[in-house]
Amino acid sequence: MKRLFSLLSVLTAILLAYGLYQALVAAPTERTMGDVQRIFYYHVPSAWTAFLLFFTNLIASIIYLVNKNVKADALAVSSAEVGVVFCTVVLVTGPIWARPVWGIWWTWDVRLTTTLVLWLIYVAYLMLRRFSDRAQTPILAAVLAIFGALDVPLVYFSIWFFRTQHPQPVMGKGGSLDPRMLHALLINWLAFSCFAILVCWSRYRLEMLHHEIDEAHAMESLAGASTPAASLPLNRSPR
Amino acid sequence: VNSLFAITLSTLKKDIRLEWRSKDALNSMLFFSLLVVVIFSFSFDPTAEESRQIAGGLVWVAFLFAAVVALNQTWAREVRNQVLDAYRVSPAPANSLFLAKALGNFIFVVLLEALMTPLFIVFYNLRALGPAWQLIPVGILGTWALVVNGTFFAALSLRTRSREIMLPLLLFPISIPAIQGMVEATRILLAGDGSARFWIVLLLTYDVVFTTACLALFETVLQAE
Repeated sequence: MKRLFSLLSVLTAILLAYGLYQALVAAPTERTMGDVQRIFYYHVPSAWTAFLLFFTNLIASIIYLVNKNVKADALAVSSAEVGVVFCTVVLVTGPIWARPVWGIWWTWDVRLTTTLVLWLIYVAYLMLRRFSDRAQTPILAAVLAIFGALDVPLVYFSIWFFRTQHPQPVMGKGGSLDPRMLHALLINWLAFSCFAILVCWSRYRLEMLHHEIDEAHAMESLAGASTPAASLPLNRSPR
Repeated sequence: VNSLFAITLSTLKKDIRLEWRSKDALNSMLFFSLLVVVIFSFSFDPTAEESRQIAGGLVWVAFLFAAVVALNQTWAREVRNQVLDAYRVSPAPANSLFLAKALGNFIFVVLLEALMTPLFIVFYNLRALGPAWQLIPVGILGTWALVVNGTFFAALSLRTRSREIMLPLLLFPISIPAIQGMVEATRILLAGDGSARFWIVLLLTYDVVFTTACLALFETVLQAE
């Protein structure tokens, strides 16, 4: 497991470096937008990665509600945290691109607004985790994740009813994207996904370690040993 | 089904009787939304013709904030007197407790709206240019949308630190489509441009989806320990 982790780290580093080269040097400059279009190679892969992570969070939450498996909850919290980071990258890079191209930083278009609401829901999710009792956190958070997932399609449809301004997705329609651009985009997506998996993995291991420490403390106090508050892990308040 | 109905009814009756004697929630909601109405009127010219365009948003934001005041009190009494613990060990279905609480909040918020709407009409010089009767389904569906999730999230944030602030933090992001639905529908009906049908259908969908979700998951939340 440890070797696989190092292997993935090396692979991620290589892919990120290659992706950077592809995005900034190899991909041709867009005719009308110029160099600012290159932000696309970071914006879109971040968005896909964030959506993938939020989806992972939903699946892990459902699994947790079904079988109360600690591992599922650890996966849920790590994917939500990393997902919020990637979603923040999307929301920051978007306006940087939009300002010179659209002339405005932000517009209340369907994709932008849905992404923002998704971000808000997951920030609320993380706050609930932070503020709730340690023993109930996993259940309450899993329930909220399901509510969030039910909400997103409704948000999408309610805003879709207004006209949309975001560039139509280039994938699937075909033809409009230069193959070298597509190559850079896919390489970056691969690199970002590897990076996300790597960070999630570390976070997952940290969460499982926290869990082990909590359990050890509980066992210790059951055995009638000294007070367990002596060495609490980071970020954990005494119960 | 019969016992579920009976327990819901008796819990609801108890809540209404308690509220009738103290009028805590209703009074605080009323005064709170009155303050919102007055403070909003200082931030723009309330009688201008353009304010008709934003009046829908204004009314609903005032009701939303006021509803949170009441929703925060929903479970406080039950926690204080260990009613929830008793409920957990009793064989009564959890959903009847939830339904009673949600219906109780619904009645209180509808009452608040009935009392506040005339005030809005007077202060903001409102007159519906569209079919005004449609404001009734919009009001009922919109209020239920706020109240059903609000009651649920109030239960969810019961055992969190700083519980009072946790409720709006959870409720507002999830309520965004519902708020957009009621605001747009009200704006269309007040300004009389177009049909509000899409927004009413959206509100109805929202209500059905989240009522189902609340009923499916409330027992899990109540028993979370």
